[in-house]
Amino acid sequence: MTTEKQVLDRIERVRRRRAVVREERITLAHGSGGKATRTLIDAVFLEAFRNPLLAPLEDGATLALDGARAVFTTDAFVVSPLFFPGGDIGDLAVNGTVNDLAVCGARPLYLSAGFILEEGFPVGDLRRIVASMAAAAEAAGVSIVTGDTKVVQRGKADGCYITTAGVGVVERPITPSISAARPGDAVIVSGPIGEHGAAIMLARGELGIEADTVSDTAPLNGLVAELLDALPTQVRTLRDATRGGVATVLNEVAAASGVSVVMDEESVPVQPAVTGMCELLGIDPLYVACEGRLVAVVDGDHAERAVDIMRGHPVGAGAAIIGWVGEDPPGLVLLRTAFGGTRIVDLLVGDPLPRIC
Amino acid sequence: MRFVDEFRDADAARALAARIAARCEPGRRYKFMEVCGGHTHTIYKHGIEDYLPEAVTLVHGPGCPVCVIPMGRVDDAVHIARQPDVIMTSFGDMMRVPGGAATFLDAKAQGADIRMVYSPLDALKIARENPDRRVVFMAIGFETTAPSTAVTVLRAAEEGIDNFSVFCNHVLIIPAVKAILDSPDLRLDGFIGPGHVSTIIGCRPYEFIARDYRQPFVVAGFEPLDILHAVDLLLGQLAEGRGEVENQYARVVPWEGNRIAMEVIGTVMRVRPHFEWRGLGFISHSALEMAEEYAAFDAERIFDIPGTRIADPMACQCGEVLKGVLKPWECKVFGTACTPETPIGTCMVSSEGACAAYYNFGRFSRERVREATRA
Repeated sequence: MTTEKQVLDRIERVRRRRAVVREERITLAHGSGGKATRTLIDAVFLEAFRNPLLAPLEDGATLALDGARAVFTTDAFVVSPLFFPGGDIGDLAVNGTVNDLAVCGARPLYLSAGFILEEGFPVGDLRRIVASMAAAAEAAGVSIVTGDTKVVQRGKADGCYITTAGVGVVERPITPSISAARPGDAVIVSGPIGEHGAAIMLARGELGIEADTVSDTAPLNGLVAELLDALPTQVRTLRDATRGGVATVLNEVAAASGVSVVMDEESVPVQPAVTGMCELLGIDPLYVACEGRLVAVVDGDHAERAVDIMRGHPVGAGAAIIGWVGEDPPGLVLLRTAFGGTRIVDLLVGDPLPRIC
Repeated sequence: MRFVDEFRDADAARALAARIAARCEPGRRYKFMEVCGGHTHTIYKHGIEDYLPEAVTLVHGPGCPVCVIPMGRVDDAVHIARQPDVIMTSFGDMMRVPGGAATFLDAKAQGADIRMVYSPLDALKIARENPDRRVVFMAIGFETTAPSTAVTVLRAAEEGIDNFSVFCNHVLIIPAVKAILDSPDLRLDGFIGPGHVSTIIGCRPYEFIARDYRQPFVVAGFEPLDILHAVDLLLGQLAEGRGEVENQYARVVPWEGNRIAMEVIGTVMRVRPHFEWRGLGFISHSALEMAEEYAAFDAERIFDIPGTRIADPMACQCGEVLKGVLKPWECKVFGTACTPETPIGTCMVSSEGACAAYYNFGRFSRERVREATRA
């Protein structure tokens, strides 16, 4: 007779197997940021491009350039609608790349911007988008120094897509890494979660729900710099919780660092409007995208200090410790529910909300 | 959040858990089935099993609407979706349900126009906005969702919208519960009854369970305290030797149900002679189809449907899981060949499915999780 434990051990072995893309065509699930995206990256992209700089799958690649160290990253934006409460595709495209550089421990310097525009797209809308990109770049202290524009026939794209790439310089000996979390570390978020995803859902107007939730899109480089200045060796891992939300980030940390993460549901900050919307739709705010929230894994002895530093910064005013890193079971994220029970917080297969960024 | 937070109070849960533990007779084991997938989801999402003593086991029942859709029906729906000018619409949960050949998500990637909606009225709106397309709503769900489908059809008729139809897969809860009760390989001590279905049908239709099977049946709400309270009431009935229908969810469920909703269903739909359930096989009078008067809105009459019949995969034991005979992990393919990424069985698809809930939330031994989460 097979026991539950034998079955569960077998499952963990299966989960460690090499990823295989079984579908013959790309589905929306491949863009979700969850398991299907991870499988696509492992089995198609990493398989073809495999090299030591790409393999760690950090938010950017750290390059040694003639003595100096730089971080290089890229991101694509297909959000629908293009304009939403709290921002638009333009500031999203700048902040997303700035944040990817910042969480790799780099000072963001230069960005590129590529535009894919649909025939018939209003020039006025393009101007609006570009103006908010310029404002976001100024706020983050970066320059957009190169770009490209393509136009496709009507119906071959949805208005406007943007890709940005960025480079930043690394000025510290130790940089945070997805694989550096250790048992005893604290997990901190810089503010209430899920507001970007909720704002996009509401802006689509399909739900018939009204709330004043606005996107949390913001640059995190200032906050990260202060944190790393004060706690250069105590900050282990930094990530911005975008597509897939905080739950996805913590699953990546647990897997890459070979640790467990135990979250405390009651201490996770979520705005009531976001909680309410998630309840109505049956989704979990832990998986809803943010575009300006830092997830930091910090030496447990310095966790309070890190929270204080974050709270002193405008984009970190709502910072809170939401969990702790443990040893067992490695690779797993667990949640102590507010109700007093426990459960696993796994990667989702697909995203309930496509085209969120 | 009012009306939610008070049903998630950990102190109240501890008090209820203590009462539940005290009610268990030493040496006796209790097996209760939560009929509804919504309950399964709540149980795992909040970690309710942590409050239950070893002696109480919760068994997951057949009340997950997506889980009971047979593969052939998915293939029929994909067939409709691939017809010229068709826009197929359904709830998000349907997108990844495996058919014999493809899921909705696959068919969409291959070019079919399949859209996710939150309500059948959204599907009607799509029909209104696309008069040159044929919009089909794949209706799924128990009596809970049937009224909204029926109301949508009435509205389409009123407005004279002639490019809208329903591929009706609504199923009925009572025949499913009866099939479980008549299943020879299952020993249950009582049921946690489906709250949402009961808002429509009320509590009276369950009375035969108490009368003919002497089983306690507690209609329960969907917050975690509702479920603990239902377990407490079930144990109370057993302790007193009662087998009755009790309404724990009286704040929402009237004993007589919602007569208007039942009338709307009765106007637009009629009971099918029989319908195939995933894993349970054909059950007589267990589903709804469009009534003759609304044939113009019946996708099964408008389209030439192949009526595909596909046997469940040999390895898949969804039937045993749906009947509560097997725990999800006891299925031969659970978590290895059948995972949320590559589901073989429907129970692995919906977040209300017993297997998906167990895989996503409850996998790993309780002791190890408890040890790891100790403060």
